[in-house]
Amino acid sequence: MEADKGILKISELVMAFGGLMALYKPDFVIRQGTITAVIGPNGAGKTTLFNVITGFLTPNEGTIHFRDQSIINLKPHEIAGLGISRTFQTVEIFENMTVLENVMLGFHTKLRSSFISSGFQLPLTRRKEKEIKSKAMDILKFIGLSGKWNEPADSLPLGEQKVLEIGRALASDPALICLDEPAAGLNETESHLASSLIMAIKEKGVTVVLVEHDMKVVMDISDEVLVLNYGQKIAYGTPEEIKNDPKVIEAYLGDDGAYA
Amino acid sequence: MMLRISKYSIFFFALIIILFPRIASNISAIEHYPDIMIFAGIYCLITIGLSLLMGYAGQISLGHGAFYGIGAYISAILTTRFGWNPWSCMVIGAVITSIVAFVVGAPSLKLKGHYLAMATLAFGVIVFIIFNEEIEWTGGPDGMTGISGLTLFGFPLNTVERYYYFVWGIVLAVFIFTVNIIQSGSGRALRAIHSSEAAAMAMGVDVSRYKIMVFTYSAALASVAGSLYAHYLNFVNPSSFDIFFSIKLLIMIALGGMHYIWGAIIGAVIITFLNYEWLHYFEELEILVYGAILLIVTIFLPQGLAGIPAIVKHWFRRTLSDGSR
Repeated sequence: MEADKGILKISELVMAFGGLMALYKPDFVIRQGTITAVIGPNGAGKTTLFNVITGFLTPNEGTIHFRDQSIINLKPHEIAGLGISRTFQTVEIFENMTVLENVMLGFHTKLRSSFISSGFQLPLTRRKEKEIKSKAMDILKFIGLSGKWNEPADSLPLGEQKVLEIGRALASDPALICLDEPAAGLNETESHLASSLIMAIKEKGVTVVLVEHDMKVVMDISDEVLVLNYGQKIAYGTPEEIKNDPKVIEAYLGDDGAYA
Repeated sequence: MMLRISKYSIFFFALIIILFPRIASNISAIEHYPDIMIFAGIYCLITIGLSLLMGYAGQISLGHGAFYGIGAYISAILTTRFGWNPWSCMVIGAVITSIVAFVVGAPSLKLKGHYLAMATLAFGVIVFIIFNEEIEWTGGPDGMTGISGLTLFGFPLNTVERYYYFVWGIVLAVFIFTVNIIQSGSGRALRAIHSSEAAAMAMGVDVSRYKIMVFTYSAALASVAGSLYAHYLNFVNPSSFDIFFSIKLLIMIALGGMHYIWGAIIGAVIITFLNYEWLHYFEELEILVYGAILLIVTIFLPQGLAGIPAIVKHWFRRTLSDGSR
């Protein structure tokens, strides 16, 4: 019923850095409840696309609609409040906090915290804090890190830090989650775990958009694949269609065919 | 890692505060220590806010001496020129200082690291010049006298002991309030900003709002401290609010350990005693001692004195696990 409804619609989007066109009108619609992979050679504009969607960059032109609401010109924290969450290509966990606290911070949008309510420890604030703590533990169970809840986040190996970042992004109960290279730097076992975690997130009803270079991950889990090259959309379709698309093959192999 | 602050440690802290004057009054060598502790308490109010701002939220300020001075001068001017009630002066001082902090902070907090430090330093210099030059209002370098003392429910706070309990009562209340902030969603947001502004934003933290909130809160505390100072000494002059004082505040939280809220108390107390008591022998070479302290702490003890228990614990664990192998 709602499966085919677009949750995120992007049209006529232009993002330029000086003379460089980082994004040039890669129109597309993300369907609710799907996993969409954004792929493309280095410098294709994948991370820029994420930064524009999540409000870290303001595009020069174009519109982005999330659940039929325009989110252009909104600040990152406002977009997070609307239900779009994200992770970063270079892991950005809070290394000065424990694993549990990292996830608890993810609940920030559900918290109306001010210095006054916190300072006086109003009953509502205390109750909320307890509630958040137990929900954060549930998330740690979901991502398989509950055994390490009290450890400093920076003591985790990279694979677990990436998983923790995903857990933190899930805490805000997002409708859409943008994962920037969730499998980068992971070994085969770890990236397999990351894949199944992403599938489990989809099962929860969360729409996933991910940038990924690991083609095995992309082909295994995505419903749709968007291929960018020089900021433009060169293909969009199911993994099967993309694999055989001559334009995609050309973009990846290039004219000289030096890189596969 | 932030250690949880237990109720017992706060209770123990309160007990020390209560007992200290009783103990000191029985030992002639330290009889006058409660008087010094009043100043230590006043500085604690500033360092608690500064520790939240710098240690937790990671924003550098070299201008808090100015906020302290604004509080003191507002109390001084309103009581001596207009005969206002000292309590309302204190409140008005805190409100005006908050507004100033908001106006200065809103653009400055967009700056990062050294630039923020320079902007707040410049602010401190400007305010210091105003204290010196606006002779008509501030009395210039000579300062102002005749600032009225405080009376609590018809009970004049006119002895060292009374003022001691009054100041440290406020310190305790502010300490608990600040600990509550740290151990809640707001405190997590501040630490998140310290660690990664991008990730904090992506998780829905309104980074500029929190930065301004913590900056304003710490400035308001400094202002209250300034008023307490003015009403205690009944005298103010600009030299108490110069740049060196702002730097001394930094030395206090660096020595105590700015990532631990206890560090604010420990550092303020130690530096105050050095300042008023233990360093007299050095006279103008005093500044070298402060420099040496800052140097030694940043090189050998970056977590400050409050970080020592964690280091010892870590060391013990390592030795124990090595031994069991």
